[in-house]
Amino acid sequence: MVALAVTERASTALARGAALDVEGVSHAFDIDGAVLPVLDDVSFSVKPGEFVALLGPSGCGKSTLLRLVAGLEAPRSGTLREDGDPITGPFPSRVVVFQDPTLFPWRTVWNNVALGLEAQGILKTQRHRVDAAIELVGLSGFRNAYPHQLSGGMAQRVALARALVNDPQLLILDEPLGKLDSLTRITMQAEIASLWQRSGFTTLLVTHDVEEAVFLANRVIVFSDRPARIKADIAVDSPYPRHRGDPKLSELRRNILGLLGLDATW
Amino acid sequence: MSIYSVPEAVGLPQSVEEGAAFAGRSLSLPRLSLFRLLPVNGSGVVASAAWAVFGLSCLWWEDRGDWSRTHEVAISAFVIAGIVLVTTLSGSLLGRFGAGLQKRAPWLLVLGLFLSLWEVATAKFGWLPLPFFPPPQAIVEVYTDDLPKLLDSAFASVKLQLGGYVIGAVAGFLTGVSIGWSRSVGYWVHPILRFIGPLPATAWLPIAFFTFPSSWSASTFLIALATGFPVTVLTWSGVASVSNAYYDVARTLGAKPSFLVLKVAIPAALPHVFVGLFMGLGSSFAVLVVAEMIGVKSGLGWYLQWAQGWAAYANMYAALIVMSLLCSGAITLLFRTRDRLLVWQKGVVKW
Ligand SMILES: Nc1ncnc2c1ncn2[C@@H]1O[C@H](COP(=O)(O)OP(=O)(O)O)[C@@H](O)[C@H]1O
Ligand SMILES: [Mg+2]
Repeated sequence: MVALAVTERASTALARGAALDVEGVSHAFDIDGAVLPVLDDVSFSVKPGEFVALLGPSGCGKSTLLRLVAGLEAPRSGTLREDGDPITGPFPSRVVVFQDPTLFPWRTVWNNVALGLEAQGILKTQRHRVDAAIELVGLSGFRNAYPHQLSGGMAQRVALARALVNDPQLLILDEPLGKLDSLTRITMQAEIASLWQRSGFTTLLVTHDVEEAVFLANRVIVFSDRPARIKADIAVDSPYPRHRGDPKLSELRRNILGLLGLDATW
Repeated sequence: MSIYSVPEAVGLPQSVEEGAAFAGRSLSLPRLSLFRLLPVNGSGVVASAAWAVFGLSCLWWEDRGDWSRTHEVAISAFVIAGIVLVTTLSGSLLGRFGAGLQKRAPWLLVLGLFLSLWEVATAKFGWLPLPFFPPPQAIVEVYTDDLPKLLDSAFASVKLQLGGYVIGAVAGFLTGVSIGWSRSVGYWVHPILRFIGPLPATAWLPIAFFTFPSSWSASTFLIALATGFPVTVLTWSGVASVSNAYYDVARTLGAKPSFLVLKVAIPAALPHVFVGLFMGLGSSFAVLVVAEMIGVKSGLGWYLQWAQGWAAYANMYAALIVMSLLCSGAITLLFRTRDRLLVWQKGVVKW
């Protein structure tokens, strides 16, 4: 199942994920005339190929930050750069996997995965990439199924395949496993880790699961309550593949829970 | 922003379909215990008997009027009774035809009884006043003796309806997508739509017949108008209600605006569009008939009018039956198309 046509991808993407620079980004929403500040002077840099997890209380502004990185919205102030170039709009080198799979219900699995290539007008010559991505997430038997025929975990795999087929340089994951049962989640965590290692793209992962963050990421950035400010930026330097029982990871997890004000329960 | 409540509008045809499905189901009569003992479906045998009764009722008494097809009707009834009986007795040998007939046996039974009663109440004892309630053989006589004129009329109606409907549906669809997509188009078109749309298209009849070069083009315009309004409103609300999440996904994958309209907004709005097409079909039938009665010198509406002028009531019933078959056929066709295009929807109700 993990037999991707990596050779081709490796030559282009393994070499280089994108670098991301977030400089002094603040953002706010107008709600019924009142201003709701959501991001407060957030700055950080991500090196090419790094896996950074973003942790923070629910509603603090993590998804908003990801939308800014994706280019779906422009920040009120500050700049975001991909490989030094300002981000002014969405671009398929930065692909988002949203919390909900948001598959198009009128398209089959195959056509959902093909969406990006079709939108970019290169599907005709690149059909094999769609097949490879579907195989990668283990859904070859469901090519012609419609989204309403899939389980939640399968739908999220399709969403992942739909992102990966574009050979992203920056993969943006917004709590992609949040709604899955714990068994499926553990399996998919391992898959994401091995994918990232093989393909070399930069990854930005929002999660509310501290264990998931320390298990997967090189770095964990912890945010404060809304408006989100960076509270801590923690390196996780255990080698991959990691083990969930690793005492070093457990200690890190305890520290981070403390930062989030949850240490009393542990 | 939208004055037309979408959920209500969407609910409407759904309930019509469910109504139809329900009506079909509720008629499976409880089997008589006698037939439990037989190896065959009892209601098939009873249905056959009911048709035989109809045939007998045609022949038993003298007709009270002068109808030339009484014998043919009786023979046809016996033939149908025979077919039903043979099909029932041969059980599963006849495959799908047999199974379909068995499923409809309760309906055949009721139909046979209804025809017998109708025959007796009109042709034989005159319980219903005669010129207004013609017997079955009088209607059959219309089909055998006035067929060319009836076919011409049906063909003219279909032609007029089809032209107007296609024009209205296409125009409504394009308008709806434009309003739903573009704020500035909405700014200009929305007030016009609110002002003109709710007006019954038939209210335009007198003006349309003056201003258009022919009554045929006037009727086409009115049918298009009656179709276009619901199609516009529902397409528009369909496009407007597409979740932003779909656009976000498509945009991050590199979609351009044309892709967002053609491959996201329109497919997502399609279920609404079909509701609009369905509603448009209903209101355009009404316009068609009125237009044919008033202005156009052809079509089933005109045939009805003509028959009334000659007090030819049997012709009116005959035309009504044809009209009903055509309208029902049109709706069936629309739903077939929808089922094919919207296979991705779960639980689409059958018409
Ligand atoms: N489009 C929007 N308009 C107004 N408020 C928004 C919008 N998107 C998010 N918000 C608000 O911004 C805050 C942060 O949201 P979000 O970034 O989704 O948080 P989370 O960290 O849970 O992902 C929330 O209070 C939310 O209500
Ligand atoms: Mg979120």
